[in-house]
Amino acid sequence: MTSTHYLVLSAALFMIGVFGVVTRRNIVIIFMSIELMLNAVNINLIAFSLQWGNSLGQVFTIFVIAVAAAEAAVGLGIILALYRNKETINIDEMNVMKW
Amino acid sequence: MLSLIPLLPFAGFLVNATLGRRLPKGVSGGVASLAMLASFAVAAAAVRRLAGLDPGAFAISETFYSWIASGDIAIDLAFRLDTLSAVMVLVITGIGSLIHVYSIAYMHEEPDAAFARYFSYLNLFAAFMLVLVLGSSFPVMFVGWEGVGLCSYLLIGFWFTKKSASDAGRKAFVVNRVGDYAFVLGMLLLLAHVGTLDFQAVARAVAPQAPETGFGALSIVTLLLFIGATGKSAQIPLHTWLPDAMEGPTPVSALIHATTMVTAGVYMIGRNAVLFSHTPDVLVIVAVVGAATALFAGTIGLVQTDIKRVLAYSTVSQLGYMFLAMGVGAFGAGIFHLYTHAFFKALLFLGSGAVIHALGGEQDIRRMGGLRRELPITYWTFVVGALAIAGVPGLAGFFSKDAILFETFARGHVVLWIVGALTSLLTAAYMFRLVFLTFHGTRLRQGSGEAASAAPRDVDAHAHGGGHARDHGGHLHDAPPAMALALLLLALGSVAAGYVGVPHALGGGNRLHSWLEPAFTASTATVADHETADDAADDHGGGHGADATRLELNLMGVSSALALFGIGMAAWFWLGRRDRAAAIAERAGPVYRLLLNKYYVDQIYDAAIVRPLVALSQVGLWRGLDVRLIDGAVNGVGTTVSAAATTLRRIQSGSVRTYAGFVLAGVILVLGYYPVIEPIVRSMASVFAWPMGR
Amino acid sequence: MISPSFNAIVPMLCATAGALVVMLAESWRARGERMPLGVLGGIALSAAGIALALLWDQQASSFGVIVADNFGIFVSLVVVVAGLVSIAFSSQVLDRDGIPRGEYYALLLFAIVGMMMMATANDLLVVFIGLEVMSVAVYVLTGIRRDDPRGVEGAFKYFLLGAFASAFLLYGVAFTFGLTGTTRLDGIGQFLAARSMSSSPMVLLAMGLLLVGFAFKISAVPFHMWTPDAYEGAPAVVTGFMSTGVKAAAFAAFTRVFLSAFEPFSADWAPLVWYLAIATMVLGTVVGVAQHNLKRMLAYSSIAHGGYLLVGLVAANQVGKEAILFYLAAYAVTNLAAFGAIALLGTADRANDTLQDYRGLWQSRPMVAGVLTVALLSLGGLPPTAGFIGKWYIFSAAVSAGYYGLAIAGVLTSVISVFFYLRVVVMMYMTEPAGTIAPPVVSRAALATLAVTAAIILYLGVLPTALLDLAAASIDTIF
Repeated sequence: MTSTHYLVLSAALFMIGVFGVVTRRNIVIIFMSIELMLNAVNINLIAFSLQWGNSLGQVFTIFVIAVAAAEAAVGLGIILALYRNKETINIDEMNVMKW
Repeated sequence: MLSLIPLLPFAGFLVNATLGRRLPKGVSGGVASLAMLASFAVAAAAVRRLAGLDPGAFAISETFYSWIASGDIAIDLAFRLDTLSAVMVLVITGIGSLIHVYSIAYMHEEPDAAFARYFSYLNLFAAFMLVLVLGSSFPVMFVGWEGVGLCSYLLIGFWFTKKSASDAGRKAFVVNRVGDYAFVLGMLLLLAHVGTLDFQAVARAVAPQAPETGFGALSIVTLLLFIGATGKSAQIPLHTWLPDAMEGPTPVSALIHATTMVTAGVYMIGRNAVLFSHTPDVLVIVAVVGAATALFAGTIGLVQTDIKRVLAYSTVSQLGYMFLAMGVGAFGAGIFHLYTHAFFKALLFLGSGAVIHALGGEQDIRRMGGLRRELPITYWTFVVGALAIAGVPGLAGFFSKDAILFETFARGHVVLWIVGALTSLLTAAYMFRLVFLTFHGTRLRQGSGEAASAAPRDVDAHAHGGGHARDHGGHLHDAPPAMALALLLLALGSVAAGYVGVPHALGGGNRLHSWLEPAFTASTATVADHETADDAADDHGGGHGADATRLELNLMGVSSALALFGIGMAAWFWLGRRDRAAAIAERAGPVYRLLLNKYYVDQIYDAAIVRPLVALSQVGLWRGLDVRLIDGAVNGVGTTVSAAATTLRRIQSGSVRTYAGFVLAGVILVLGYYPVIEPIVRSMASVFAWPMGR
Repeated sequence: MISPSFNAIVPMLCATAGALVVMLAESWRARGERMPLGVLGGIALSAAGIALALLWDQQASSFGVIVADNFGIFVSLVVVVAGLVSIAFSSQVLDRDGIPRGEYYALLLFAIVGMMMMATANDLLVVFIGLEVMSVAVYVLTGIRRDDPRGVEGAFKYFLLGAFASAFLLYGVAFTFGLTGTTRLDGIGQFLAARSMSSSPMVLLAMGLLLVGFAFKISAVPFHMWTPDAYEGAPAVVTGFMSTGVKAAAFAAFTRVFLSAFEPFSADWAPLVWYLAIATMVLGTVVGVAQHNLKRMLAYSSIAHGGYLLVGLVAANQVGKEAILFYLAAYAVTNLAAFGAIALLGTADRANDTLQDYRGLWQSRPMVAGVLTVALLSLGGLPPTAGFIGKWYIFSAAVSAGYYGLAIAGVLTSVISVFFYLRVVVMMYMTEPAGTIAPPVVSRAALATLAVTAAIILYLGVLPTALLDLAAASIDTIF
């Protein structure tokens, strides 16, 4: 396994995440797709870390995981507030403001 | 000292803007007028000092500090009073003061708050106008340029409850934006090309070069600047806003839309005489546009029935004269006409204001007549103004118009001279049509009083409560003292103002011409070795030339004859038997309608630009068009943008998935740029090279 | 100071400490007790500002990843001022709208910490962390009125798209790291300059993804879609803060990354940014014309202003770089004044932010109307205001760098934009008051703040050289 394999894997995961964000209607699934993208990046970072033989990429990964956790907490909070207002988690109904 | 000239009216603005609502009318009007008078006094003192300087350094400069400085660009905030700006400053503060005083009486029926608001706008306008003419560089001038536009916009729409007034304000705004766009681009290009924007420095940088043949960078600069001037000074094709601007109070029309702001374009060209002289091709365009506008507006003026609109078209036409003079390189003559025109056009507007005031808001000249006896002061001063603008020998307009026509002819522009002479005939005709219809004959009684307030054009009924004339029981009052004073002083000016520029042919010294001369050349040393067309033709009156004198006298005779002929024509049609005019109008039906509808310019703009776009957006906006938006939007350019806006805003659907889709599309575009888009762009490099710049 | 290596992070520590104190105070607060939390926040920010001023010209660096050079300090100061002005407007607004004070001030301060971090970051990792610290706080601030459907919806859209765009940014960071083996900006710059790999697809991929991430935060078209909704939904004070602070911080990081690390590839990214700038200016302006809600209109306006900033980035000459900094400061003050005025005019039941609500405002609230007029004229770039000078520099930079197309589009859009700014002015001065809604009482402190912002706008328009010299000094330290 060379780093190319990891890169391809991460690219595939990233694409799946992007695809999920754009096509899914359920807010929670969209949110999970974004997490998938972040984890794809993590794989990428670790692969490069391996390739360069330094630990910078791994440190970066830890930070990304921490930030993702913070983001998840805030995101779920917002989704909850939204659900209280709207009683739905269908993304297509979130269009009070437009134009 | 120079800074006081605009600062005094600005202080007046501050007083009226902050405290105005709590002040009685006398105080707010008085503060504003005093500020203007004080500014006039300072200006006069400054000009006296200027006149006392030795001719080598014929300018007073006052640099406050370095305003915009970065890298190799340095623009000072500086004022510069030279002979050209001296003339402008005196006109603005002098006539401005009179109009302020006049306004106190004219606006007296406004509520206190509106009265103060009016004077604060007027003072602010004067301050910006003075910055415009005193600024020593393009950016400083631009401060004034934008400021006067803004004030004009606010003043046109002063009686905003009336839709036509707010529409007119919008139109003025949109049209002026087109001009401003060109003006800013011209400035930026000039900066890139010459590296400075100081008027003096530009002139010095350009002077040693040979005049540009063909359309090079300098020509594009001057053309853009000229487009800016056409917007401000209402020349074809950006003239449509000025007649509509008459919706504003009449003193505003007199100050802004006749004597000061609209002449800013002429002044700007005069200020950059050296630059424009170096682009002869653009000067030809200037001359042709000016002459065409003069004739075109003159013909329209002949058939208008609204007293202020006749004067508005007359203004457009006279501004055309000034541009004609600028275009043939007779900068001195153009400024001379600007200066005399300020007197008689202000007089005519204020006179029309007195008529409107007396008649309780009536503006239709078909419902006037016979006012000669009831309004003697107004009548006689108005006649003086009309004689002056018509070019009757001895009055101000005669000298300046003669100067323009002579210089046009002498420089070989015979066709333009014919157009100019024809216009002078028209000018005399439409002015005296106005005089005869308004002051002679008999008035149709039902036209006064209440009928006026029922009529659609009850603009000034606002100011005068509609029932002004009725209160006086059919007996009309002539102008009250404050108004009469302004009228008399301006009438005096209209008679006497021309004597500063009596041509050599009539034994005068043409002092204004030699006074202005230094302003149109770069600093003396650099221009000496390069003889411009300007210098060559300016020698005409000096030592040489029994020929030139004879030519000038002949031309003078022709134009005087034309003026008298025009007056006679007007008398024949409108003084004796008005049915003759009606008969002609009927026989020349199509022409008459063409003129009456102002050559259908508004309609053409509407049909060619507005309607197709509206139609397009209506077809395109199948989701339901916001009709109010289209209706409410300004015509022309405004509608174009609004239609685009209405279409584009639909993209913003409110759905997060669409948004995410756009982000993704953006990512694809950005990442696809290198492998896909860039090669295509590169293959079309010739097309994209210019806008990309590199 | 404990150790010189901490100097560069002192401003951030001040703000962080302030935020923590606010949170602690809030948790010990008895029900119904009023605490001067705003004053506390103001003190913390003032301390940060003083620290920043002391660091000027010091070239302090902490651990190599935070560099308090003049450029970073300049932007940080802009952010701090934005925070202070927002706090000054807040006290009246928070009570009225029922916004929890403790959370509000703490989040505001945390957001500022993130912004300062972005402005001074010398490492892509720190850029990313700063970005997230800022973003997470701002997401919450946007939706801080939990009972307001618009606010929550705006927050949700902002959050979701923001996270989406962050992922792209992060992917770009990963590729940059893979390419160069480092995340230090100076290291990347040296690596790229040393090796000529102009057509390497990996570089372009990394650069493109980073560009997307930053373009999102500065709301460049087509990554702007969240902006109108988030700006409209958020309380007006928050909108004022995020339209200035977030943009300044993101632009600082953007400029630093692309003009130092990716400087060797400027020929590759400049055309892309050229297109972004044109699209951003045009769309922001044109769609702004159709808006009837003032906050939404100013949202589109702020999109367009992002476009003008991008013009400076494309020009990237001396004047252009100075112009970016000057413009950021001028735009920040102007936007704060405008949104401050909007915020103060709201009442508990109505936001009063549609165009119709401004009818005849000149008669009922002349002072607010005056300040709003100055701000709008400045946004429209009319002289003699800060906005005019900023635009003047930007466009003259574009012309002198030979980008005539950008200058033409820029002047055209700013000419059009005056149309919709002036529409508000017309509403305020040239219509009769609607008379249905009584405008709220505005506190003296808030009025004084408004007056100060208006004075700064005019000051920068009349005497811009002082700030411009600072901008020039800031540029000298890094590029």
